[in-house]
Amino acid sequence: MKRFGYCLLIALAAAAWSAPLLAPHHPADQFSGLLNAPPTIIHVRDGQGHWRAPFIYPLVRVSQLEQRYEEDSSRPIPLRWFAGGRLVGAGDTGETPLLVLGADAYGRDVFSRLLFGARVSLGLSLVAAVAALCIGLALGGVAGYAGGAADELLMRTSEFMLILPATYVALVLRAMLPLVLPPDIVFWLLAIIFAVLGAPVVARGVRTIVRRERHQDYATAAVSLGASHTRVLVRHLLPATRGFLTVQLTILVPSFVMAEATLSYVGFGFPDPVASWGTMLHDASTIRAFADFPWQFAPAAAMFLLALGVNLAFETEAESTRRTLYN
Amino acid sequence: MSALVVRRVAFALFLVFAVSSAAVVLTHLAPGDFATAQFGQGVGPEAMQQARSRYGLDKPLGVQYRDWLIQAIRLDFGRSLVYDRPVAELVPERLANTALLAVSALLLATVLGLPLGIVAATRGGVVSHLIRGVSLLLLSTPPLLTSLFLVLIAAQTGWLPAGGMRSVTPGSASSVTDVLLHMIVPVAALGLPLAAMLERLQARTLAEVLEQPFVLAALARGASRTRVIWRDGLRASLGPVAAMYGLLAASLLSGSFVVEMITAWPGLGRLVLDALMARDVYLVAGGATAGAVFLAVGTLCSDLAVAVGDQRARDRQ
Repeated sequence: MKRFGYCLLIALAAAAWSAPLLAPHHPADQFSGLLNAPPTIIHVRDGQGHWRAPFIYPLVRVSQLEQRYEEDSSRPIPLRWFAGGRLVGAGDTGETPLLVLGADAYGRDVFSRLLFGARVSLGLSLVAAVAALCIGLALGGVAGYAGGAADELLMRTSEFMLILPATYVALVLRAMLPLVLPPDIVFWLLAIIFAVLGAPVVARGVRTIVRRERHQDYATAAVSLGASHTRVLVRHLLPATRGFLTVQLTILVPSFVMAEATLSYVGFGFPDPVASWGTMLHDASTIRAFADFPWQFAPAAAMFLLALGVNLAFETEAESTRRTLYN
Repeated sequence: MSALVVRRVAFALFLVFAVSSAAVVLTHLAPGDFATAQFGQGVGPEAMQQARSRYGLDKPLGVQYRDWLIQAIRLDFGRSLVYDRPVAELVPERLANTALLAVSALLLATVLGLPLGIVAATRGGVVSHLIRGVSLLLLSTPPLLTSLFLVLIAAQTGWLPAGGMRSVTPGSASSVTDVLLHMIVPVAALGLPLAAMLERLQARTLAEVLEQPFVLAALARGASRTRVIWRDGLRASLGPVAAMYGLLAASLLSGSFVVEMITAWPGLGRLVLDALMARDVYLVAGGATAGAVFLAVGTLCSDLAVAVGDQRARDRQ
């Protein structure tokens, strides 16, 4: 199970990394004749029952009102591989859209947007998580080492911040800034907000560890050898936090992915047409989509796989509950 | 004991004050204000100036804050700029809806999570693995995902209403049943991940307790297994689980925001969001105060429960 979790995470990371190669289309490409089109089915057997190389039938709109599509079985189009810098495309010129996961309300390929959105969402979450770790490490380390007033201040402020509901704090902080911003600014802004939200927990943990380690023999030895405060802290005490920081990283990344999705869902995150998992869910959330176009909720499945992968891969032995005495 | 209560109540008051003040200040610090948000670029400077002074938005921040504070202490939270109704009319109903959602979800989570956690810790084999597996799956679906998934199912199957709090068609079932039916999806969306978390916590804590020497001693003395688990094991595991409840108020509030958005449940979240977008200072402040009250009451209740339950905590205070 642990290995399955790691596989999931590696697969997600690889998919995000190789998005420009894997995605059949550019995330902003719109196919105006294929709004809300269902996924293109890849066939391997043709009308006569013969096996052929994978091919698709182009979709033809049957009813504009109902947005229903049907396959045009008269024109099988084979898939072409490794052409035009992409892994796979449809047809000899690659013009027929290959919509592996269907299209959204603007006629954009959901699968391509999912892959490119993974870059945005995962990238943002990683950056924010690392930033939260750095801030927490710095604040917690200093507070734990110095003790006294600095320590008290850290504990009181972090306690207060932890009582507040994170979503609302993120919302208010984001609302403080201009509501319409270019995507790269939004990226760094969200990264900063998330880092600030995630830092208190890290700081508290680091502070506790540093405080405990400060009185260990090796630290006393270093001090007696004449090491400066900085050296003792950085070289000797902070490495003890390594395990804690790793665990926190695995907790923060999925949380930040969810937070980005929440903010983008209500329009406070990335703007259109940026493809992030959150904006995709925002676009998909109409009553019609829930009923008729469920493929547009693919980002939800991706987020689930991320969280599942993390939970499987990093579930520690201490959390399993085999009780041999009572079986 | 009374010193603990006094201290907690004082902290609760401070929390409400700090949060609502912060909301007022932050909304003022945001670029633009209600007048600019409403009328945008289409009006001349004099008209804009008139609009701003009509709403009292052209006074300096300190003055506006002081005016708001004086009124708020008298529990007059002003009029909403967007809805032109007293904030004290708009907020309580929404807060009640959110509280209904949050408390119901907490109940669901407790009723599902704690017993299953006990079962998982005391029975081995398939049952324990099954519970653990389901919990793992639910832990991987925070309220955002569960609400999307449940609304998806509701919309596809038509078994349950897919959103809102009440049906719009006249002549629907009696009002209470109607609301209950509409509550199923949001409460499940908020409560199921929480149930999984509580189940894991309970299972872990109970398992650790049952490893203690006193449990082995009790069994050796001839106490029945059932009695040992339900009397001694549970009481010892009560502490960490009850302590967790104190932290739940914030995550319930956070989670309810997402659930309200996705299932169109008319709670505090939507109100505050709209107010933030429109830079409606009074409504934002009122909403923030309401949220802070909810948080304060929640943490206060759980702190008192922990203090009552845990003799050591009481002695320490």
